[in-house]
Amino acid sequence: MSGARAVLALEDGLVFEGRSFGREGEATGEVVFNTALCGYQEVLTDPSYAGQIVTMTYPHIGNYGVNPEDVESARPQVAGFVVREASTMASSWRASGELHRYLDDHGIVGISEIDTRALTRHLRTHGAKRGVLSTRVFDGEALVARAGASRSMVGADLAREVTCPVPYRFETTEGRPGRFRVVAYDFGMKQNILRMLGRAGCDVTVVPATTTAAEALSLGPDGVFLSNGPGDPEPVTYAIEASKAFMDRGLPVFGICLGHQILGLACGGKTFKLKFGHRGANHPVKNLQTGQVEVTSQNHGFAVDPSLFARPEFVQTHVNLNDGTVEGFRHRDLPVISVQYHPEASPGPHDSHYLFAEFVRMMEAHGSRA
Amino acid sequence: MPRDSSIRSVLVIGSGPIVIGQACEFDYSGTQAIKVLKKEGLRVSLVNSNPATIMTDPEYADRTYVEPLTPEVLEKILERERPDAVLPTVGGQTALNLAVELSRRGVLDRLGIRLIGASRRAVEVGEDRRLFKEAMGRIGLDVPRSGFGKDLAEARKIVDLTGLPAVIRPSFTLGGSGGGIAYNMDEFEEIASRGLDLSPIHEVLVEESVLGWKEYELEVMRDRADNFVVICSIENFDPMGIHTGDSVTVAPAQTLTDREYQAMRNASRKIIREVGVETGGSNIQFAVDPRTGRMVVIEMNPRVSRSSALASKATGFPIAKIAALLAIGYHLDEIKNDITRVTPASFEPVLDYVVVKLPRWAFEKFRDASPVLGTQMKSVGEVMAIGRTFKEALQKGLRGLEIGAAGFTRTDLEDGRIREKLLTPDPDRIFYVKRALDLGWSHAEIHRMTGIDPWFLDQMQQIVDLELGGAAPHPRWGRDDPARQPGRPAAAWPPLAELPTPLLREAKRMGFSDAGIAGLTGSTELEVRARRKAEGMVPVYKRVDTCAAEFVSHTPYLYSTYEQECEAEPTDRKKVMILGSGPNRIGQGIEFDYCCCHGSFAFKEEGYETIMVNCNPETVSTDYDTSDRLYFEPLTFEDVMNVVELEGPEGVVIQFGGQTPLKLALPLHRAGVRILGTSPDMIDLAEDRKRFSALLSELGIPQPESGTATSLEEAKAVAGRIGYPVLVRPSYVLGGRAMAIVYDADHLEEYVREAVKASPEHPILVDRFLEDAYEVDVDALGDGERVVIGGILQHIEEAGIHSGDSAMVLPTYKIAPPHLQTIRAYTRKLGLALQVRGLMNAQYAVKNDVVYVIEVNPRASRTTPFVSKATGVPLAKVASRIMAGRSLAQQGLTRDLEVHRTFVKESVFPFVKFPGVDILLGPEMKSTGEVMGISEDFGIAFAKATEATGVTIPTSGTVFVSVNDYDKGGVLPHARELHEMGFRILATRGTAEFLNAHGVPAEMVYKVNEGRPNVVDFIRSAKIQIVFNTPLGRESFYDDGAIRKSATVHGVLCVTTLTATAAMVRAIRALRERAIDLVTLQEIHASAPV
Repeated sequence: MSGARAVLALEDGLVFEGRSFGREGEATGEVVFNTALCGYQEVLTDPSYAGQIVTMTYPHIGNYGVNPEDVESARPQVAGFVVREASTMASSWRASGELHRYLDDHGIVGISEIDTRALTRHLRTHGAKRGVLSTRVFDGEALVARAGASRSMVGADLAREVTCPVPYRFETTEGRPGRFRVVAYDFGMKQNILRMLGRAGCDVTVVPATTTAAEALSLGPDGVFLSNGPGDPEPVTYAIEASKAFMDRGLPVFGICLGHQILGLACGGKTFKLKFGHRGANHPVKNLQTGQVEVTSQNHGFAVDPSLFARPEFVQTHVNLNDGTVEGFRHRDLPVISVQYHPEASPGPHDSHYLFAEFVRMMEAHGSRA
Repeated sequence: MPRDSSIRSVLVIGSGPIVIGQACEFDYSGTQAIKVLKKEGLRVSLVNSNPATIMTDPEYADRTYVEPLTPEVLEKILERERPDAVLPTVGGQTALNLAVELSRRGVLDRLGIRLIGASRRAVEVGEDRRLFKEAMGRIGLDVPRSGFGKDLAEARKIVDLTGLPAVIRPSFTLGGSGGGIAYNMDEFEEIASRGLDLSPIHEVLVEESVLGWKEYELEVMRDRADNFVVICSIENFDPMGIHTGDSVTVAPAQTLTDREYQAMRNASRKIIREVGVETGGSNIQFAVDPRTGRMVVIEMNPRVSRSSALASKATGFPIAKIAALLAIGYHLDEIKNDITRVTPASFEPVLDYVVVKLPRWAFEKFRDASPVLGTQMKSVGEVMAIGRTFKEALQKGLRGLEIGAAGFTRTDLEDGRIREKLLTPDPDRIFYVKRALDLGWSHAEIHRMTGIDPWFLDQMQQIVDLELGGAAPHPRWGRDDPARQPGRPAAAWPPLAELPTPLLREAKRMGFSDAGIAGLTGSTELEVRARRKAEGMVPVYKRVDTCAAEFVSHTPYLYSTYEQECEAEPTDRKKVMILGSGPNRIGQGIEFDYCCCHGSFAFKEEGYETIMVNCNPETVSTDYDTSDRLYFEPLTFEDVMNVVELEGPEGVVIQFGGQTPLKLALPLHRAGVRILGTSPDMIDLAEDRKRFSALLSELGIPQPESGTATSLEEAKAVAGRIGYPVLVRPSYVLGGRAMAIVYDADHLEEYVREAVKASPEHPILVDRFLEDAYEVDVDALGDGERVVIGGILQHIEEAGIHSGDSAMVLPTYKIAPPHLQTIRAYTRKLGLALQVRGLMNAQYAVKNDVVYVIEVNPRASRTTPFVSKATGVPLAKVASRIMAGRSLAQQGLTRDLEVHRTFVKESVFPFVKFPGVDILLGPEMKSTGEVMGISEDFGIAFAKATEATGVTIPTSGTVFVSVNDYDKGGVLPHARELHEMGFRILATRGTAEFLNAHGVPAEMVYKVNEGRPNVVDFIRSAKIQIVFNTPLGRESFYDDGAIRKSATVHGVLCVTTLTATAAMVRAIRALRERAIDLVTLQEIHASAPV
């Protein structure tokens, strides 16, 4: 037991008292849980977690420290971090430092020594909640009120906040120049998506979320990629519009996570907020085309409504076997594929890497047709 | 895809007797498999030689064969049953090897029977290290450098490549038997020769040492559609070099990043595909160099395993059950997760707790065995503990081991031996690591010496810091605490009354037991408990749910922790709690778990909610399916009492789990807990020598004369009064430990001085030893009004051999009817006098027409399952119904039970794992398991039991006879019979002269020190098929030990008592004269009363 006092308060009145770890201060966000057993550094640095206080359900976090390679963006992106026990030491030949120092260095407020399972059960039962994590104010009531007054995830256009400021070309470390020019919309894109696209033979230009279709098309893409990202897809109207334009042109489009939801909306579908979301590395997804089950990495609070498939031009390709939610679809005629989960994994199983190759095949086919 | 409709019937192969490396985890997996296959409507037959298993209860399979697991018997069973398929993947390596052998012999093809779960090729690639290495090469995975040698010269060439230290593993042996690590060429030659001998194909693998590397295991599953999931990752606390069965292991992996973990997962997926496990579970082991991260594949087992049982318990995912469903064609996504009921089995369980498995060894039983841990497994049991942190789980596990440690602490360590103990792992090592941390040794140094990952050391340091910091409170329990000076013992805490509440709370959160805190504060466990409860510090119970609370759990599978929210949700139903038997050990194994399960089943049938408390992950009792509620907790007063207070059961059943719950009877009783069945006072009476003797004299039942001595002089006086030989033992240990038979004053002196150090605090007990008496075990049931005898088992070995080790036969075969009447009468008297409600076991000796009572235990015995199988009456269930208030009469049981065939129990010993240990039997129990032989003929039943232990009885050839003078007359008729059956007889000089003089031709061979070739040379070169050697008695042991050891190592049948010799000769004759008869339990018990 070490560290100063810290308190986590949820909007519905639940208050936990624990110990501060990482930066002292205060953080506000939607409290969610992730069930992955390892890969906390990837989780921390995943921009999809912007605006969220992430609880890891596995009790020992920080065991192998942090390193410069296992990052999904330049810095931790979570609003706050909740663990049962934070390791103060790092045991790994790749470690460059300890987790608590890393969080402190990047200004992330964390809390440890709380009953994270009780918190998880609460979120599971009552749904994701807004919360405040503080190492300064211990008055539960005041914090609860503050949580209640904080910004809601529904309607929050967070992609705009985490996207890159200007376009840039992804320099692949694998050496070979890409065969296909891909414009990747950055709604909070994970680095590993870029690595996977690069490895699959794409020459990727990353563009800000607000890039118009005309601007993107001026780059002469063979295909467009719509990245993962935080928050609600509905307010990301600019990207929904752009996506419609790409589809109208028959360009190959591949969406992941928020990108998938945006595509769903662009196709005329609806999205809705899940009770407590899917966050972890063990979700079974069935590929309806092959019958194979993929164990997938997931991180999303919203989902595409299956009413989309009432329209014959949209085909559901993947389904979540836990709750039956939509995990992927394609267009019957157009080169459009989309998955809700994270085929780039990181953290999580590599069962779904094939989707990057599928995107490339679509671009190949499209190129030969053009 | 739904089930494969072409499979309508299946034979499941069990794993046979409990041996080191193959314990009750296979009863757990086999039972699961049979249950689910039956539920799917298949006709299931089962063969397993182990009667103490739940799986062999007649209500599980349709056809149950308790028969030897030999290819010959299996072939006969297959011919009789003609199943569509054989499932060999739930019966350990034994079942896999048998299936491969049946396939090789063409039996499966001839009968048109499929192997499901694993193909012959997959088994071969998994087991044959050469094929495995080639397979790994094909899929681009790294393995340690290695090569195979068929003889010593080849082995030497390979070691030139791998360098020293090198690991030597014989091919195709169980649990790594006969392997080792060689640090120099002398050791290399020794281990390589032994390995070549032990390998059935005379081959050893010599391998680059990855000693000290991090060791991991993944439990994985695959279905026919190539869906693949990892059920659990396991990280070994003890690094490579210590068999995983002897390692402390932790789930999930603690020190792998996602990148490394996924590399391991990807490799596993490739491996299970390449090896060709189409459906089912596999265990895959990896080593990782802690300096560079280089990952190498160590091995894979294409079947359920000890680790998969652990993984099932650790995650709540029933691997064996799912494997059985996959084997008959289902896909993972077609199977529901029992715990969530809404999600499919095609996912990867996640944990929100830490699981620690700790091995339990039995070196105290094998004093000559080296306790050093290596690549050959030596532990006999294990406990699993669940906590929210590693620290909590570790401390719970250590107290669950029942080795006298209240947690991560022991006070009997010698500071001067720390270095040695860290460098050379043995069962004490973990406590020496603690001591080194107490004394401020650096983690780097401890890591260098032990290979234990610094993360684990840091966790343990936190426990040490709390202990030390408690003495001098410091806000962060810092490392620079002045209290921690080298040479200083762990500091004492302030008295309990002054102990700060936050410190007490923190200690509980770290897994300190009340007893441990009592030790630190100089108080008692009960005082700590009172203080803790006064402050509202009680544990909460969390659920094991496969999904880290993401979905609702419908299964009350619980563990305690000190946190905020309790999920136990006790019901207000009528309920009983059953205490399990903890880790397997010699003398307390699967038999007791069997009884606990029966207790649970019977109480359920009686309308009770059943609550199981146990900490042994291998068992059926800790399957969440067995009882209504499962508390995976150590069996200590504190942990049990906490559950009692939460659940409020009507009563607690303590008579099924052996000594472990029995020890808790009085403390629980004093705490106001109702003990069901026989009263704690009567249990105490039976255990207390003085009270028991008084009862016997009152009842007029004779017992061997005895006395108590607190010094050598007293001991001599007592022995003089009683007359030699005497049985001596310390009064403070149970289960036959340190027990000896001494024949004269010199030996008595030696024993008292060296073995037990008698003192007023530790008196020794001296009993008259009834040499050459017949001994019997009686299992009976009492309801307070009536006693019904379940069975009288006669020991085949004469008195002096522990009843757990002796072969036994039911019904008796050499006891005169009047004595049987006396035995029955005494048992009734005793049962009524002790007011037995439930099970009782009594042991008697018959000598010179006097029946003596040796001991009475008003509880389940090791033979309860055996008698239940033989009679068809489930004694433990009957006992449970008695406890639930139904009398024997109400259950229709008013007459003693009878059997209609001959049932022989034979014991199985772990000697091959302990080179150098004499195989002689004595008053101290050494066997790990048992088998049953059934026939209408005694000879065949005995032959079956013997063969079921893994030895073949030769019906012709050469025997070696060497008996002490005392036994010479006795052995003569047997030698004559062997001669008449055409055996050639070799004998040592004295025996040969005696036999020849009495008209039995015998050739003289040298003893070991008389010249060459001697008897050991003959054994080694397979020129002797049976050894009859009876050293029991007054004679010195000269070179008999060498003869027996070499027989053991070479798998030559070795008979060490005269009575067993007689039985063996009858067996040989029976095998020569008649075919073995096969019968299912269902056929035997078609008309059983219950």
